[in-house]
Amino acid sequence: MSVPHIIGASVPRKEGRDKVTGAARYVDDMVLPGMLHGATVRSSVPRGKIKNISFGPGVDWNEFVVVTAKDIPGKNCIALILDDQPCLASETVNHAEEPILLLAHADRHKLRNAVEAVTIEYESLPSVHTMEESERQSTIIWGDDNILKRYLVEKGDIDAVWKEAAHIVEGEYFTGAQEQLYIENNGVIAAFDPGSGVTVWGSLQCPYYVHKALMALCGLPEDKVRVVQMETGGAFGGKEEYPSMIAGHAALLAIKSSKPVKIIYDRTEDMVATTKRHPSRTRHRTAVSKDGKILGGEIEFTIDGGAYATLSSVVLSRGTIHAGGPYYWPSVRIRTKAVATNTPPHGAFRGFGAPQSLFALERHMDRIAQVVGISPIEVRQRNFLKTGQTTTTEQTIQEQIDLHRLLDRALELSDYHAKKTRFAEENKNGLRKKGIGIAAFLHGAGFTGSGERYLNSLVGVEAGVDGVVRVLVSSAEFGQGTNTILCQIAAEALGLPYENVAIAQPDTTVVPNSGPTVASRTAMIVGKLVQSAATGIKLTLAKAGVLAGDYTAEQFRAACREYIAKHGELKSYVRYESPGDVFWDDEKYRGEAYAAFAWAIYIAEVTVDLTTYSVTVDDFVALQEIGKVLNPVLAEGQITGGVAQAIGFALYENVVWQHGRMLNNQMTNYIMPTSVDLPPIRVFFEEHGNVHGAHGAKGIGELPMDGPAPAIVNAVEDALGLRFDSIPLLPEDLYEALRDESVDQAVPSPVRGMA
Amino acid sequence: MNSLPENDSKGEVSFLVNGRETKLLAHPMERLLDVLRNNLGLTGTKEGCGEGECGSCSVLLDGMLVNSCLVPVAQASGASIVTIEGISTHDLMNPLQEAFLECGGAQCGICTPGMILAAVHLLEKKPEPVLADIREGLAGNLCRCTGYMQIFEAVANAVRRKVAK
Repeated sequence: MSVPHIIGASVPRKEGRDKVTGAARYVDDMVLPGMLHGATVRSSVPRGKIKNISFGPGVDWNEFVVVTAKDIPGKNCIALILDDQPCLASETVNHAEEPILLLAHADRHKLRNAVEAVTIEYESLPSVHTMEESERQSTIIWGDDNILKRYLVEKGDIDAVWKEAAHIVEGEYFTGAQEQLYIENNGVIAAFDPGSGVTVWGSLQCPYYVHKALMALCGLPEDKVRVVQMETGGAFGGKEEYPSMIAGHAALLAIKSSKPVKIIYDRTEDMVATTKRHPSRTRHRTAVSKDGKILGGEIEFTIDGGAYATLSSVVLSRGTIHAGGPYYWPSVRIRTKAVATNTPPHGAFRGFGAPQSLFALERHMDRIAQVVGISPIEVRQRNFLKTGQTTTTEQTIQEQIDLHRLLDRALELSDYHAKKTRFAEENKNGLRKKGIGIAAFLHGAGFTGSGERYLNSLVGVEAGVDGVVRVLVSSAEFGQGTNTILCQIAAEALGLPYENVAIAQPDTTVVPNSGPTVASRTAMIVGKLVQSAATGIKLTLAKAGVLAGDYTAEQFRAACREYIAKHGELKSYVRYESPGDVFWDDEKYRGEAYAAFAWAIYIAEVTVDLTTYSVTVDDFVALQEIGKVLNPVLAEGQITGGVAQAIGFALYENVVWQHGRMLNNQMTNYIMPTSVDLPPIRVFFEEHGNVHGAHGAKGIGELPMDGPAPAIVNAVEDALGLRFDSIPLLPEDLYEALRDESVDQAVPSPVRGMA
Repeated sequence: MNSLPENDSKGEVSFLVNGRETKLLAHPMERLLDVLRNNLGLTGTKEGCGEGECGSCSVLLDGMLVNSCLVPVAQASGASIVTIEGISTHDLMNPLQEAFLECGGAQCGICTPGMILAAVHLLEKKPEPVLADIREGLAGNLCRCTGYMQIFEAVANAVRRKVAK
């Protein structure tokens, strides 16, 4: 039958109508009979021993359900990778806002008063609050050495290159913590029944992560834990691991009270207590030839993991692998580590370590250009990875990627050369200085190395007697478009109209484990599996002799009806199979890190106002090669949203810490971009395909987080001739740098005039 | 969430909600947001920050755009309130809702009801806004997913739909 192509069409978002009418059901919109509200009593100190817990006067404590670590039926941990994080602290606390005790009551107002009436006394222990303190190891707060994880990547003979180098370029770069700031706070409802076990409905990305954590915490078998994802109001990684914690809390209260318990964080609690992007420090030392070619380099990348290991090892991994960017390094040594501090654990956030190490690299490329005396364009052109060359992990680039052409197109789209000349002229006068900056980068799609093999994802597609096809995956929709693109893929595979395909609500009793909704893996990995599973339905019907050749939706329906009448149900499952030729060595961190990379060139144009010291981004060009655009409107929305979030990362979003606790945990004083703060974000795609993804798709969700910050800071340097190597770059920082500059006016900065 | 005195008496409040005469008992300082969601089941109005910064709980109060998390219910007494549930019928969406759906104005959807009400308010004041008006008109409503570009497009698209009619 002739159904127009659904892949590549901007079909409307599957759940879109419910979202624009307000009918979509988020967890806080759900009420269960007899439901209590739950709240968390948290530590007020960064590190200490719990000496005493007392329940103050003025509260009738008999009305409250109280849960401490003693009430945990299973293991007191959030099962994830190392299982070192307790669900409730029992003897010691290792960060401020660590959960210690849980309360539940039917009346939310009484609950709030009760939380304030609990007093916890501590014997304080020395605490560590910076990466440098942690590295000094004078106070050990985690393991033997405060180091949560290390990696070493070595390629070629780096020790031999220094003597050949015409220039040795060094730099040190920093990025701050960043709050995900999904507009819907974390929330869950848990219910318990001695027969059927624990059920949790929640705002979350990874139903089976929560499932695993609840089994361990509650000491329940697989079939006695059910996790259902409700409509989720933004996540960005912030609902990857933390939902296991809040779900655990609600489950413990539900088990103890035998009543359903809802826990919804308010904004201040969500910001102060849950995960953020890892702060980072990167040191580069690069050997460069006289014409600006990289001969080799040493890269030291360190992230602050907070008090427990959680996901730091994998965030570090992605940061490590992306540290060399889209360039060819004949030799390199990359030493990386995640260190422990007494802050709430940092966690997953869009980009997952790559925005940090790529910020450093793309600032450093501009520095190399200055030292060598070539332009930011030339330094990139001379070092771009080419098809057939190897990455820092010695992965041979098989894709036909032409970064030179991509760069040329971005320069043209942004009118780079004309602007560069004009700004240089205009900047001679006035108090508004303009600049333009570039970032070139890549982002690997899917789990790293052998990760997808371990995940072993399973995907299902089923068809009903009505001929409606349902996609069965644990991949969650939280705005990125999972529901829509997976339905498009199934519809295309079956030659059915998009309207005839639906997606099941992620519920662990209904959908198989297609892996977590992370790592830009949904379109490429899960999409490909959905395509195979949908094709399986067609093959099953053909094999049964009820469907042949070209068919209409009506014929498909008749075939489904006939098949199901005979066989009971029509389902097709497909499990991930690793492409045979993938080599990855987890010990040496060498091999094929990702099945595919997306590639991008971003160009930012800024104005720095020397009266207010503010930076405004005036224009933003985002050009990327992402294999195949499955849905243009959704794909563009991923890029504009990611760029906006990264503009916040670069210029606005500053987490203020005091003794390991976030001080500005409100939207009033943690500033994200509003509708008047952003430039036109102009999005352009190239589609070169990818053999590993559905219809050639690669990952797209995280990519736009990587490039904007360095492009913007490169543009600020272009405008002012002053170097900034730390983000967020706030007006205060500009003020200080410009004040110092005016004091030192007699001494020309080594950078000035060379941009 | 505010802490209300536990033993304070509730009072009767009456107002028009989405055109319907509504009477209920509530503590005068109860947030309009909670009354809409918990007492009236109008859960399309969302809480994002609870301090009037994000605009997710935006509703129209006598034609004014307000953050319902900052409005004590007593203050809404006698007023006409419009929530996201009040701008469409079961079969017919508001042109803004159609446009948000078509242009990608909604991603995760949590800011969407408030954003659409802010857009309704904008178009009532300025039926044919230019981009700067749209940016300004939506500046009190935060969106973390879209980067706003497709929201601007959606508002412009809705204007074209209305003009075409």
